[in-house]
Amino acid sequence: MADRPGLISGGQGLETLLATREVVVFCGSGGVGKTSTAAAAALAAAMHLGGKVLVLTIDPARRLADAMGLESFGNVARRVPLDQFAAAGIEPRGELWAAMLDTKRSWDELILRHAPDEATAYRILDNRMYANVTGRFVQSHDYIAMERLFDVHASGEYDLIIIDTPPTRNAIDFLDAPARMADFFGGRLLRWLTMPYRAGKGRGGRMINVASKPFYQMADRILGSQFLQDIAEFFLNFQSMYDGFVERAKSVEALMHDRRTSFAVVTTLEGAPLREAESFCEELVRRRYHLGALVLNKTLPDYFLDPEAETAAAALSRDADALGAVLASIADDGGIAALADASADAIVLRTLAESFRNYGVVARREAELRSELGRMAAPGPEVVVRVPSLDTDISDLAGLMRIGEVLFTGTIRP
Amino acid sequence: MGPAPPLLDRRLLFFTGKGGVGKSTVTAATAVLAAEQGKKVLLVEVDAKNNLTALFEHEPVGFEPRQVYPGVFVMQMDTEASLREYLKVQARVPVFGRLGPLARAFDFVATAAPGVREILTVGKICWDLRESIQGRADWDLIVVDAAATGHVISQLDAPRAIQELVAVGPIRNQTDWMVELLRDPALTALNVVTSPEEMPVNEAIELVAAAREQLDVPLGVVVVNRVLPEPFTRGDEEVFAALHEPASLAALREGAGPGIDQVLDAARLAVSMRRSRAPHLAHLRDEVDLPLLLLPYLFVRDHGLRVTRMVADALGQELL
Repeated sequence: MADRPGLISGGQGLETLLATREVVVFCGSGGVGKTSTAAAAALAAAMHLGGKVLVLTIDPARRLADAMGLESFGNVARRVPLDQFAAAGIEPRGELWAAMLDTKRSWDELILRHAPDEATAYRILDNRMYANVTGRFVQSHDYIAMERLFDVHASGEYDLIIIDTPPTRNAIDFLDAPARMADFFGGRLLRWLTMPYRAGKGRGGRMINVASKPFYQMADRILGSQFLQDIAEFFLNFQSMYDGFVERAKSVEALMHDRRTSFAVVTTLEGAPLREAESFCEELVRRRYHLGALVLNKTLPDYFLDPEAETAAAALSRDADALGAVLASIADDGGIAALADASADAIVLRTLAESFRNYGVVARREAELRSELGRMAAPGPEVVVRVPSLDTDISDLAGLMRIGEVLFTGTIRP
Repeated sequence: MGPAPPLLDRRLLFFTGKGGVGKSTVTAATAVLAAEQGKKVLLVEVDAKNNLTALFEHEPVGFEPRQVYPGVFVMQMDTEASLREYLKVQARVPVFGRLGPLARAFDFVATAAPGVREILTVGKICWDLRESIQGRADWDLIVVDAAATGHVISQLDAPRAIQELVAVGPIRNQTDWMVELLRDPALTALNVVTSPEEMPVNEAIELVAAAREQLDVPLGVVVVNRVLPEPFTRGDEEVFAALHEPASLAALREGAGPGIDQVLDAARLAVSMRRSRAPHLAHLRDEVDLPLLLLPYLFVRDHGLRVTRMVADALGQELL
């Protein structure tokens, strides 16, 4: 089905991007197929460009791990086995590696690295606030993903790293994560908040300055003072890592802006995801990140808009009975038993026409949204790639490669 | 407690689901359906995306509920506003003007402290429910477009988490009645929206399991959105296959023009898209023992009030 020319508007694919960058960040709102797209792009790069390619993903589908011949993704990168390629009839020029981001483990490692000593590290790791800060808040996933990316990139082990970003409430959030983290743990605000608790015990309780007094009054009233003190103690420990954190966050930020890094925004041609993708594209450009590509995923084929096809569908619906009779007579002559019943044939012809018209409505909606993309403020993405709706789930490397080829070349080969 | 009442006869409905499955649309449709039965509905948007008002073709709203459709009032959750209301009404601390510099401090603590932001969200919702039950407010039903699957558990578990963390104090007393409202199957239900695809189905299954294990909030229904139609019956399918025979293809080209090839391609695509989703739906049926409500994929041009009403109609059919 998908293997026919003209399905995708011909054009440039991700080839140049994947060949010239070291880091490509895939982002977009939930449900647009970001993870599969990232994996497919990594596969295509390993196949055509060679070198060591890593796809770092957040939450892979079981099926995707299976398709890559990996029992599971883990925090440690694993190489996609060669026999998996052989089974798909692919001879890759390079190596494909895959890893999943284990948020909790990555945080633990980070604390152990930055804490001034082991005792402080474990005081933090054992604090009940810790799991809360690191495990439950979206921003911490964003930060740790960027942090991990930096780490892997700095190791110099891979020629190309493709990262699939966490499903954030807002696709832009993760970009702010490094700065927010640095701000969070290092700011004056934290010193100000923890001030009453620095005084130490036995000195007549909390010394509260004039500025923070109303806050503590309010917080006491809502939370109870013990609770607030617990939080403050946790932050005091965390603060010992301030310098390491800020330095690190700056490096992460620098890598995002580096000319070796680019972004690919993935979306479907549906109203809400597309609107979010557009504003994300604009935001990336505004903040001077490199916007390498916009990927329009799961789109319907152009033939739904073909006037000849529309004519044929209209004829099927209008002349269903007559055409049914013709088919039934052919059945008698040519021995096609299945077509012998003229009225049953007519029902199928009407169904064909109706199904065509139904999907045609969606295809027109998609085309309309696509044309609106043209109005996006310049400079837009370097390339726009359209990927067709797949008629099957991805169950092996060959299936993933079908998407990979479209992404890489920007067109489907007949 | 007796059997739980029908979904729309409860007072507080949460909807969660993976991003992209149409959670907001289903939530809005539920509110419309209830309003059409004569209820006065408060529709709460928790993630500040302002998706909900767009579904009613209404301008964005704030913390104050505004009527966007006959009987449906939308409010946008805002934890700072919720805190101000709490301080004014319950702690009797009047706050004039904006919280100003305190807001930043509050924001900071709320990011780190367990459940502060969540409790202000869930707390405000529970407060409105209690006011309605006690006759000081007149919401027949509160429908919440809650956090996505990854975060809804911590959101709904906030009152209990606070109970564990805070031994004494005013907030501790506040959480007691919230927990009572949230756990009552006559009042409350957590519902999951999904679509017949691999990840949304897996997340729905995991969420139902996690909610049973970790939450004391009754589960309601699983809404499967965007179910593609099955074009052919078994007999139709044989006919369809036979249309590809050279003789029949020639006759169709003659009668309907050369575009027939593409019409056949289109039908094959429709069939395989439907079929590739079927196993996920089956998997969901096997793994989840809650009522499944199936909503058809809508082949429509736009996404506005008209679509919201169509989804509401479909939902009404399933709830019959």
